[in-house]
Order: sequence, then structure tokens, then C-alpha cells
Amino acid sequence: MTTAPALVDYDDAIARFDPVLGIEVHVELGTATKMFDGAPNIFAAEPNTAITPTSLGLPGSLPVVNRKAVEFAIRIGLALNCQIAETCRFARKQYFYPDLTKNFQTSQYDEPIAFEGWVDVELEDGEIVRVEIERAHMEEDAGKNTHVGGATGRIHGATHSEVDYNRAGVPLVEIVTKPIPDTGGRAPEVAAAYVRTLRDIFRALEVSEARMERGNVRADINVSLRADASAPLGTRTETKNVNSFRSIERTVRYEISRQAGVLDAGQSIVQETRHFHEDTGGTSSGRVKSDAEDYRYFPEPDLVPVAPSREWIEEIRDSLPELPAARRRRLRGEWGYSDLEMRDVINAGALELIEATVVAGASAQSARKWWMGELARIAKDREVELETLVVTPAQIAELQGLVDGKKINDKIAKQVLAKVLQGEGDPAAIVEAEGLAVVSDDSVLTGAVDQAIADNPDVVAKIQGGKVQAIGALIGPIMKATRGQADAGRVREIIMEKLGVG
Amino acid sequence: MPSIGRDDVARLADLARIQLTDEEIDRFAGEFDSIMDAVASVSEVATEDVPATSHPIAMTNVFREDVVTTTLSQEQALAGAPEASGGRFAVPQILGEE
Repeated sequence: MTTAPALVDYDDAIARFDPVLGIEVHVELGTATKMFDGAPNIFAAEPNTAITPTSLGLPGSLPVVNRKAVEFAIRIGLALNCQIAETCRFARKQYFYPDLTKNFQTSQYDEPIAFEGWVDVELEDGEIVRVEIERAHMEEDAGKNTHVGGATGRIHGATHSEVDYNRAGVPLVEIVTKPIPDTGGRAPEVAAAYVRTLRDIFRALEVSEARMERGNVRADINVSLRADASAPLGTRTETKNVNSFRSIERTVRYEISRQAGVLDAGQSIVQETRHFHEDTGGTSSGRVKSDAEDYRYFPEPDLVPVAPSREWIEEIRDSLPELPAARRRRLRGEWGYSDLEMRDVINAGALELIEATVVAGASAQSARKWWMGELARIAKDREVELETLVVTPAQIAELQGLVDGKKINDKIAKQVLAKVLQGEGDPAAIVEAEGLAVVSDDSVLTGAVDQAIADNPDVVAKIQGGKVQAIGALIGPIMKATRGQADAGRVREIIMEKLGVG
Repeated sequence: MPSIGRDDVARLADLARIQLTDEEIDRFAGEFDSIMDAVASVSEVATEDVPATSHPIAMTNVFREDVVTTTLSQEQALAGAPEASGGRFAVPQILGEE
């Protein structure tokens, strides 16, 4: 091995090379059972309990296709504007690795269920990039290997792996893009935005929980460089299983810098799989990519072809929900947000939260004020996602309701919110229990006003001398005396009455 | 006419994780050739309007409903495993592959 050439500065690399992306996304379908057997499709069960003889590929067991999984695959295909195959087959993809017991993965090869589609991806600044979809095919997930040894301190480092087949056979749909050209320096952003768009579509379609952190959605990122847009495609590398949007961006950035360095050194890009490393932000070489023939695909003899009727497809098409892009357009109109406000909301991950808050009764403006203001600030302080804050949209709507009903003021509302976030209960209950409601009872307020007038003769003199704005100097001590709960408007009225001004 | 040479046999054996001696490679290369020639006669009648057939019976859409069935217990699952550890199958580490 020779030393790897130095990385080229990203902007320099982009100035001299044209990057082309290709992305493969695997999504685990949220069916009740696996793709080819009735074992439950669940996460984090005891190892090797969510399995049947078919999950283990035991002799004599036979696969049977899950109708729901096919329906979900068609839903995905239709949402991605794909054609749905009149007939398609499963195929055996043969490789030796203990994550599946059969020495092959049941997948689809030359006849995917869906093909030739597209999806529009919106970047943060509102630019739309259309990504062409090559195909979407059905397959089964593999089991999970845990590598043991080496670090366990055995003298000979005698290593082995331990395999849990709970995930083996979980239905997957793999979505493959055509080469994505013309993204230039925005390639990292486009890659991440594309996967995010798919994630949102999966959720809207209710075909998967699509949680990246659980591996429900996994992306393989292909990157190649060429001299310019008129040159033929360069040799690509494929970075496997990149599992967060940020990692996707970093992977693309790094590969562009790395490949530019290799090409500058007069070397060739090796077509290989690579691995992304969260700690360094770099990628390292995995194995050299095998040609398709190496998998020796052939039609799966144990499964008959899937030939979805056109009626079934139209039924599924009719049942598709409103997709995220259309929904955003609709909500923006309903809420009266500007383009910029809407983008900020989407980028902050607040769309669903605001929608739910509006459904719970808050106005669109007040819902946005809370989620994009105080709550966004708290989430930022804690370095967490907005949606992980321990407060529900219903609680925010309730809180705003208390403000609108003049039960509490904005300042107290923030205190109540802090208590809600500490798990002390619903806003109304907290206000009740802690006696935080605005004091507009004249007998209480009059007492506080009398005290403030008595304590501040100078201020009183100014006010009576015509400087009405000096009233603020009296309101301050009154708010303090009432722990901020005094109805400021009413206090003002009482002062004016008492001092005979206004 | 298809021709399966020694290199092809050696590569296939490698892909299939089968260890062959030189003599076996020679013998199989010859036998494969005969088999391929015999199979190739199919192409004399299989014209372009005959679709590729992977299943002898014209049957499609054999589905099951998405309903959970009986599963194996962990003990049953591991009963045939040469080695197990922590409720998992213990397998030799395969080096140099992911």
C-alpha cells in the first residue's frame, strides 16, 4: 500500500471537478411480520426469538411472500412516480456471510417491482432538485453480527462472531437512483436532502417508522468525479450504511476531497465499498466491489412471480395520502407563513409539531412563536432535537389558551413552560396548583398600588406633573410584589385613577 | 457454442467455496462443456417470442396475510448450532470481509 494522496480542499476540488452522486436507500418496512415468513417484525427482542424455521433457512422450510410488504413496496413505487411491474420475480443473490443462513439473500434482480421514477428534493434555500429513480425492489434484511474477540483480551485474540437472526427476513425496499449530475458544490446537501425527502415520504405513507438512528433507513452513497459535465462518468466509490443526514453530507464532502487528491496525484479511483467513520469524518477502504456476476443471481425457484393487477395498483394509488411536498404547500397557505418562515419551520423540524399545535386549537402564528422561539431556544441550549422536548403540542396549545384568555401573561407562560418541561404536569394544572394566574382582583392590586405610590413620591410627582410614561417606574415594583402575576393593564388603570391623570 | 474453461471452473469453485484438485478442475471443465452444449440446444427452439421461464407452472401472486405465526424459542433456534453464546449463534470470524 502506498500512502494515500493528500485531501484536496473542498472548494478547490469543486472548482476543478464535477461530482456525480448515486444513492441507494434501504428502508425496513413496518409490517407486522417478515417478508417471507410469519415471524414478528420487531426491534430489540431477545436474540433469536423473533424467528421461524424459514427465518433460519432450515431444511424443509419454504418462503411465502407477505402481501402487505408487496403493497408497501408498491406504495413507495407510486409515491416516487415509478412504473409498477406487470410481473416481477424474486432472485437469489448469493454470497457467503453468516448474516443470512442460506448463503443467499432473497432479493430482486432484473425485474424490480418498481422502476423509472423521480422525486423532487427541496434544498434549504428552496431550490428544487429532481432526482431520477432507477428502480425500487423488494428484498429481505439480514441478521446482526456482533464481533467478539481481540478486545476481550484473549492471548491469541481468537475472534469469532455472534449472530442474532431476529432481523433476518425483515422486509426491505431498496431504492436506487440514476446518477445525479449537476449538483456541483451542493452535492453533499443534495445527498442529505434526498434521503430526508425519502424518509419523510416513508413516514407519510406509513410504510415504516423510518427512524435513522434505529437503522430503519440506511443509505449507501456513491460518489464519482469527472473533469466537467460533458465528460463520461468517473469511477465511483460506494460508502455503505451511512445513517444520519449529517454523516451523509460529511461522506460526500470527504469523498470529493479524497478523490480529487487521488486524481491530482495521477492515480485512478478504485471501485470499492468504503466505510464512514463518525469520529474522524473520513471514509476508509472496505472491499473491492465485485462484479454483478459474482453474486450469481438466478430466479428464486421457491417463490412464484408477483404480478400485481392493474386494479390493485389503482386501488393503492387512490389510497395514497397527501405527500410531504404537497402538504407543506397546503399548510403554508393555510397558516399564512412567508416562504422564509415556512423553510425555517421545516429546517427546524417543527412542521409536525406546529401542525399538531394548530389542530389542538392554537393559532398558526402563536404555534410558530412557541416552537420557533422559546422552545427552539431551549432545544438549542440542550443540544437536542425539538421533537425530543418533553412537551406535547396539546400542552403548548393549552398554554397559549391561558395567555389568550388573559389567565397568565407571557412572562408567567414561560415559567409555566419550564415546569411543563420538568414533567410537572399540564399548563392549566400547574397554573392552578402554583397560584400563577394573573392577579386582576382590584382589592389585591389596589393594595399594591397604594404601597408603590407611598414608596415612590418622586415618581408620583413626575406623573402628576405630566410625565405619564413614568408610570412604568411604579408598575415595576408592583409586578415584583405580585411575583409578576399582576394584570399590568389593570394596574395601569388603577394608578391613573388614583393619581387623577389620563 | 459455450465453452467452460479451466479458469471458469476454478473461479466458480472459488465463489462457491468448493476446493477442487487440478484433476477435478480438468474433469469438470470437460463435463461442463458437454452439459452446456446439451442445454444450448434449447436455444434452437427458444426464439425471441418465447418468454424466459423460471417456473414450470404458470402461477403468480401466492401471498400470505401479514399475521404473526408461531415462532421458535431461543433454545429451539440454537438447538442445532455447533456453538452458541449469549443466545446467539457463534460463528468463526470471517476475516477480510465486512
